[in-house]
Amino acid sequence: MSDYIEKNQDNDGVDRRGFLKCMAWAGTGTLCLVQGGVLKSFALADVLQKNVGNLKGDLSFVQISDSHIGFSKPANPDVTGTLREAIAKVNALPTPPSFVLHTGDLTHLSKPEEFDTLAESLKSLKTERIFYVPGEHDVLNDNGAMFHERFAQGTQGDGWYSFDQKGAHFIGLVNVLNLKAGGLGNLGHEQLEWLEKDVAKLKSSTPIVVFAHIPLWSVYPQWGWGTDDSEQALSYLKRFGSVTVLNGHIHQTMQKIEGNITFHTACSTAFPQPHPGEADSPGPMKVPAEKLRGLLGITDVNFVRGKHTLAIVDSTLQG
Amino acid sequence: MRRRKIQQGRTAGILGTAIFGAAAVLGLVLASGALRPRSAIATQEQPGAITVTIDNFSFAPMQLEIKAGTEVIWINKDDVPHTVVSDDHKLFKSRALDTDEKFSFTFKDPGTYEYFCSVHPKMTGKIIVK
Ligand SMILES: [Cu+2]
Repeated sequence: MSDYIEKNQDNDGVDRRGFLKCMAWAGTGTLCLVQGGVLKSFALADVLQKNVGNLKGDLSFVQISDSHIGFSKPANPDVTGTLREAIAKVNALPTPPSFVLHTGDLTHLSKPEEFDTLAESLKSLKTERIFYVPGEHDVLNDNGAMFHERFAQGTQGDGWYSFDQKGAHFIGLVNVLNLKAGGLGNLGHEQLEWLEKDVAKLKSSTPIVVFAHIPLWSVYPQWGWGTDDSEQALSYLKRFGSVTVLNGHIHQTMQKIEGNITFHTACSTAFPQPHPGEADSPGPMKVPAEKLRGLLGITDVNFVRGKHTLAIVDSTLQG
Repeated sequence: MRRRKIQQGRTAGILGTAIFGAAAVLGLVLASGALRPRSAIATQEQPGAITVTIDNFSFAPMQLEIKAGTEVIWINKDDVPHTVVSDDHKLFKSRALDTDEKFSFTFKDPGTYEYFCSVHPKMTGKIIVK
């Protein structure tokens, strides 16, 4: 009933088998359970029928991403509608999430009215709090000043921060500012220094969750799907027993495990993008209307303290 | 119900492989130099403004040769916003261009001007002014 994916053995940075399997999951609804460095996947249908045991953890939170409020092209003329559906999906979860992470691209064009619609829509989320990091679409024209003022008050530098929840340490990073010609996502010297200090005081047994918009691993640099200085950031996290990295930007789910670090990207709530290299460009992908909701979705994460176990469930807006 | 969904997933996987195969072949052709539409050098043939089209996350032509005093107009034909920013971040810098929006700059002095999209920095271009 379940597929098992072995740990990435060759150190080329890409778990190709994992890639293929995770791509095939898109649109089906999957739960990924990490135990002892091995990623186990189950169909969501099995989970809902309770065929795979108790997966309830100490902490559950949800990641949503890439809402692109303001986008109105044929790939999805109603992104506010699909965001509303994603919210309904979150509100229907058996365990309400302690908080929600939005991993960027709240808006399509950084317009005030787009931020308004996003903020207004998310008010109906049944959760204690929402944490944000900006996507490149949220910082157009003003280097993120408006985003910062509305969604990142009280944060450090250009909007990075950390917080603790139930023994886990959460770190929100900004990698969409000061991008250099020819380059990828960028964290920058100041943020890296802050990160090093931020985690220095933590015990290696502290579970770490890092979230940022652009993937902090090299998904497909040809399309800008990676971050130039992510290696340095990750080097500060190598000593920790459990690190989970949650990203958006690529509008599809992908996973990789490297040592103690699990990388995961979330679906968009707005429109899908093609698999790496399978189109001329990473632009919005137009799919038949009846297929769209199978390619949009949310990510539910359950955390079991003391077990180094993190269960990541991607579910689509379909059904 | 679950079985049906998994079959759909497999079909998509096979289709994806086929598309990827085609893209790989195209990549080979491009690399060999037999067909290089995006890096073609356009030379100005008549006075007046010259258009650079932003399409599929690239500037076309990627490299443009013009006479001093020529106006270059960039137009975004993509579904996502792009910018046109000189590498020094000073000489010219557009706002985010939504679909069909334009930006123009007149190059007065001879020289080589490299620029990029600050939203998608992998997108780069070059204007050579004679
Ligand atoms: Cu761009």
